Amino acid sequence: MTLLDGTARTIRDEIAAGRVSATDVCRVFLDRIGAVNPALNAFNLVDADRALGRAHDIDRRRRSGDPLGPLAGVPIAVKDNMNVRGLRTTASSRILERFVPPYDATIVTRLEEAGAVIVGKTNCDEFAMGSSSESSAFGPVRNPWALDRIPGGSSGGSAAAVAARCVPVALGSDTGGSIRQPAAFCGVVGLKPTYGRVSRYGLLAFASSLDQIGPFARNVADAALVLSALAGADPRDATTADERVPDFTASLTGDVKGVRIGVPRAFVTEGVDDDVRHAFDRALDALRDAGATLVDVDLPHAKYAIPVYYLIATAEASSNLARYDGVKYGYRSPAAKDEGLKAMYSRTRDEGFGPEVKRRIMLGTYVLSAGYYDAFYLKAQQVRTLLRRDYDQAFKRVDVVAMPTSPTPPFTLGEKTGDPLQMYLADVFTVSANLAGLPGISLPCGFSQDGLPIGFQLMGRMFDEAMLLRVGDAYERVTEWSTKAPSSI
Amino acid sequence: MPTALTIADVERIAALAQLELTDEEKLLFTKQLADILAYAEQVQAIDTSGVPATAHVNAAQRTEREDEPRQSLPVEDAIANAPDAAPEAGLFRVPRVIGG
Repeated sequence: MTLLDGTARTIRDEIAAGRVSATDVCRVFLDRIGAVNPALNAFNLVDADRALGRAHDIDRRRRSGDPLGPLAGVPIAVKDNMNVRGLRTTASSRILERFVPPYDATIVTRLEEAGAVIVGKTNCDEFAMGSSSESSAFGPVRNPWALDRIPGGSSGGSAAAVAARCVPVALGSDTGGSIRQPAAFCGVVGLKPTYGRVSRYGLLAFASSLDQIGPFARNVADAALVLSALAGADPRDATTADERVPDFTASLTGDVKGVRIGVPRAFVTEGVDDDVRHAFDRALDALRDAGATLVDVDLPHAKYAIPVYYLIATAEASSNLARYDGVKYGYRSPAAKDEGLKAMYSRTRDEGFGPEVKRRIMLGTYVLSAGYYDAFYLKAQQVRTLLRRDYDQAFKRVDVVAMPTSPTPPFTLGEKTGDPLQMYLADVFTVSANLAGLPGISLPCGFSQDGLPIGFQLMGRMFDEAMLLRVGDAYERVTEWSTKAPSSI
Repeated sequence: MPTALTIADVERIAALAQLELTDEEKLLFTKQLADILAYAEQVQAIDTSGVPATAHVNAAQRTEREDEPRQSLPVEDAIANAPDAAPEAGLFRVPRVIGG
C-alpha cells in the first residue's frame, strides 16, 4: 500500500513511529495534487511552502520527543469558505477574490493544534450555494470517478480531493447537504455534525441557523478522528453547545446488534433512481444481517423539507450577504466612482456576485419583505417545527433513520444549471437534518450501472454522532465499498 | 395566494437587496423566482395553527459573558482588505453619501 492510499490514522502512526517523515508525506500529497488537480479543479489555492513548513515542525517535534497530536503530520484540505490566516478565502466568489483573512477559524486552530497540515483551500459552489460545485466563479469541480460528471456540492472540491487521494481527509460545510451529497457522489464518507457541535467562528456565514462544519474521509474511523479534533464549545461562537465531547473513536465497536434503524419507506419511494434504490436496499440488508433491526417510521412533513429549506436558507442568506458591499473588504466596482454610495453598493454586488447567489439573495429578500413574510418565511419556520416533531417521534422508536443521500447518482455538468428548481430538488434527502439540527453521515454503498458512486445516509439524535459512527463503521466492516478508488485519473 | 411576479416586483426586490440587475437578469429572475415561489407555495396548505416557529434549534445557548474588555482585531488588520481606506486615520473611505 502506498502513502496515498493511507488513512489519516495510518499516516499519523507511521510518522509517530518514525517510519516516514511528515515532510515526505506532505511532498507525496502535494505531488499528487499537482498531478491531478488540473483535471479536477478541486483546489482554489495550494500553499506548498506553508504546508512543508508545518510538516517540518512536526518532524522536529518528533525528533525532540515532544508530544504529537492525534493528527500529527496528516495533510488536510479546507473548504475555501473557512478562514486560514494569511491565505486567501474566496468562497469561490469574485467579490472575495483577493480577500486575505486576518484571523484563523476556530477549526483551523484546532486542526493545527492536533498536528494536521493544511495543504490548501478547496473549490466549492459560490458562497456554498449549490448542489454541483458549478456555481464557483473559478470553474466547476469535476468528479474523479467520471470527469464529465459533477462531484456534488457545495463542498465538491473537498469531496473530489479526498476521493482522488489528494488528501486523506478534508473539511466541508453543510447547510442543506453540502458535505453529505458530494461525499455520496464521490464515493467517500461525509459527516455533518449536530448543529452546535463544531464552532463556525471563521466560517463565512450562509444560513446561520443551518450551517455546520464537518469532515470528509475515506473511512468512518478517520471521520471520527477528525470530528474529535473539531468538536466542542467555543466562546467565539455563541451557538456552540456545552455538550460533553465523547471519544468518537471509542464508539467504533463494530457491533450493531439491537440497534434500531428507522426507514421512512413512504418518503424514499418517489423519484428515486432504480440503481440508488437497489443500493440502498442492499445496505439495509447488510445492516440487518449484521444484527440491526429495521423499523418502519413515518416522517409526514419530510416531503415539505425542500420548500421550507429554500425559504429559510435564502432569507438568512440575504441578510448574511448584506455585508459584501465594497466597503470593508472584497471587490468594489470602479464603475460607480462618482455616482455616490448607493450606486457603488449595487454595482459592486451585481458585478461581484454570480447568478445563483443573486437569485438566492433576491428570493430571500422577497420572502422577508412586507406582505410575504407571514405567508412564506413565518410559515416555513412553523413547518420546520412540525418536521422536528416528526423526527422527535421517530427517535422515540429508533436509534438512527436511514435514507438515500441523493435520489440519483452524480449528474452531468450543465445538466441542471438552466433550471434552478431541478437543482434544488436534488437536496430532498439532505435538507431535513439541517432544519432539525440533527447529525447525518453519508456512506458509500455501491455504484450505478454506469460505475458512478452511490451513498446512503444515517441521521441520529442531536449530539449522538457516536451512534452514526458506530453503525457506519459496522457497515464498513461487512462491505467493501470504502476500499474502492477511482481509476479514471 | 397565487404568486404573479412581474418585472416591477423584481426591480423592487433588487432595490431592497442593493443589487443593480441588468435587463437580462431581471427577465430571467422574474421567470425563475416565479417558478420557485409557485413550488414553495405548497407550504401554505399545511395547517400550522398554534404551531410555534423554529428560528434555530439550539437547546441551550450561552449568550452572555462577563463584560470585560478583551483584545480585538488591530485597526490596521481590520482595514487591510478594504478597497479604499485611509490607514493613517484608521478609516474606510466611501463615495459621497449626501447629495450624490
